[in-house]
Amino acid sequence: MAVKSIGEYPTIMKDSVDKFHGNQLVFIYWHAHFMEGSVKAFALSPDMPFSAIMSDIIPLCYKVEPDFEKLDFDNTEVIWEIDGKVITPDPNKSLKENSIGHKSYIQFTTPALDGKIGA
Amino acid sequence: MSSSTSPRKKRLSKKQSYEYMTRLGWDTTYQDEKKVHPYLEYEGIKIHDWDAWEDPFRMTMESYWKLQAEKDKKLYSIIDAFAQNNGQKNITDARYVNALKIFLTAVTPIEHNVVSGFANVARQFKGEGATIACQMQAIDELRHYQTQVHTISHYNKYFDGFHDYRTMYDRIWYLSVPKSFADDGSSAGPFEFMIATGFAFEFVLTSLLFVPFMSGAAYNGDMATVTFGFSAQSDESRHMTLGLQAVKFMLEQDADNVPIVQRMMEKQLWRGYRLLSIVSAMMDYMLPNSPTSWAEAVELYIEQNGVALFKDLEKYGIKMPTKILDKIIAEKEHVSHQLWKTLYVHSNATAFHTWIPDEDKMNWLSQKYPNTFDKHYRPILEEYKKKAEKGERYYSEALPCLCQTCQLPLLFTDVMNGKPTVYTHETTEFNGEKFHFCSDECKNIFENEPKKYAQAWLPPYQIFQGNCGGETIPEVLKWYKIENAVDNLDYVGSPDEAMWNKLKNI
Repeated sequence: MAVKSIGEYPTIMKDSVDKFHGNQLVFIYWHAHFMEGSVKAFALSPDMPFSAIMSDIIPLCYKVEPDFEKLDFDNTEVIWEIDGKVITPDPNKSLKENSIGHKSYIQFTTPALDGKIGA
Repeated sequence: MSSSTSPRKKRLSKKQSYEYMTRLGWDTTYQDEKKVHPYLEYEGIKIHDWDAWEDPFRMTMESYWKLQAEKDKKLYSIIDAFAQNNGQKNITDARYVNALKIFLTAVTPIEHNVVSGFANVARQFKGEGATIACQMQAIDELRHYQTQVHTISHYNKYFDGFHDYRTMYDRIWYLSVPKSFADDGSSAGPFEFMIATGFAFEFVLTSLLFVPFMSGAAYNGDMATVTFGFSAQSDESRHMTLGLQAVKFMLEQDADNVPIVQRMMEKQLWRGYRLLSIVSAMMDYMLPNSPTSWAEAVELYIEQNGVALFKDLEKYGIKMPTKILDKIIAEKEHVSHQLWKTLYVHSNATAFHTWIPDEDKMNWLSQKYPNTFDKHYRPILEEYKKKAEKGERYYSEALPCLCQTCQLPLLFTDVMNGKPTVYTHETTEFNGEKFHFCSDECKNIFENEPKKYAQAWLPPYQIFQGNCGGETIPEVLKWYKIENAVDNLDYVGSPDEAMWNKLKNI
């Protein structure tokens, strides 16, 4: 449906990728962990290796979680979803090569670390 | 005003005076009516008889001015007394003022927005009843705006965070929530503006915001806000009537209007509710003494009053928005806690303080929220507390992903599907780009008018684009006009706390 308008209504893409100086928006969420108050947003280079998400970005927003100390990407079972599709990312390849585009939503689930606190 | 051609011999009779002072309707003679009233048709609402608009509160301007002047006199005598007697010292605790900071910086600019909105609608509508009611409401809103600015002015002498509310409204991330709601309504057509303001803001919001929040002010010794509340409330009841009258008028005029009004009402009910969610954190966490919990307010104003309103409208063909109401009810035991923890972790970028509730408050929350607080939220707060006690008070270094429609961070959880610890996330595509939402309802609103919401000004993404003074927190705070370590961060250790302790000799 269109906006009700007297004249022609322009299409203005306020957050299109060309406005981010070579970066793209990426959203990250550690499933069921909610010490951090919301899903988080980052502006990242599409050429950044996926491994940097694990080493640099996730600690930035999830070190507050009691589960964080036990999170070990080499040994913890992790289910990665990019835009709702389960994938096995290649840590050495770039975000782009792992099909992470502008405004992609990255969710990771760790069945052994389910975010329950003080149980 | 005398006229040389027909001098008036005596004062106007009451009847004549009423006629002259209320007669604002007119028909076009030498211009095409559609050019003079260009906004009347494009929303699809069909009006056949503007004279059928009956305003039960219709007054002459003369009696309206007298009544309002009387109210203002009473209000300012109390506000002056409050100022002269240092009324700010009689509040329960300086933590309370942080709820006021949110209320006054969020609502005051909205009031101002609504002044121009109603003045505009008064011009766009045809028909005397509608025009006069809208003009009077525009003037009322200006009065409310002024009294709120006076309250800001008083508190600004003693507490931080009130100093530049106008700039803050345009720039700060959490104030983009009320701003987007107000801008959405005023950039719509006149009928949707009426529903956004008269129905969502005046009906849903007034009941949920003013009544519990003003009684909260009374509970916490803030007589300035209570007095403002009483003074505004007498106008609000007239405004609610106008909102409802507008809705009924649209429904009665043509059966084709029913689905349009239904969609506008559902959209604005949801937008109004999402905007109000911040009030839940104010009521449950920020008032040292809370007369009512958010859940109790939802029970009274949504489950009882809101449902009754929709029942009244069923005879016009309006359907109960069951899905939305069910969701509001399901979320009532969660939203205040979720909002508070989000505000808590982002207190490094707000113009108010947050804190961990003390044991008494935690117990009050357990009692008011027996199904959710101890199970999901007390453990989170205890974790934050442990960190703070170790000197590692947690502040987030990352920015939130925002809902494209309501502009709140994706912070609400999927309680409808029994997943109270999993954030709800909805997504859609428009013009080759992805958009993200906090709820199905916000996604639907976007999908109805994607061009409108694709151009939303979302603060975190504007920061990333380099439009907010820089990318680091100090740079953005400077642009927000927030003074770091003064206006923001935890209440404990803040200048507000130090000043309060000095005042109270603690």
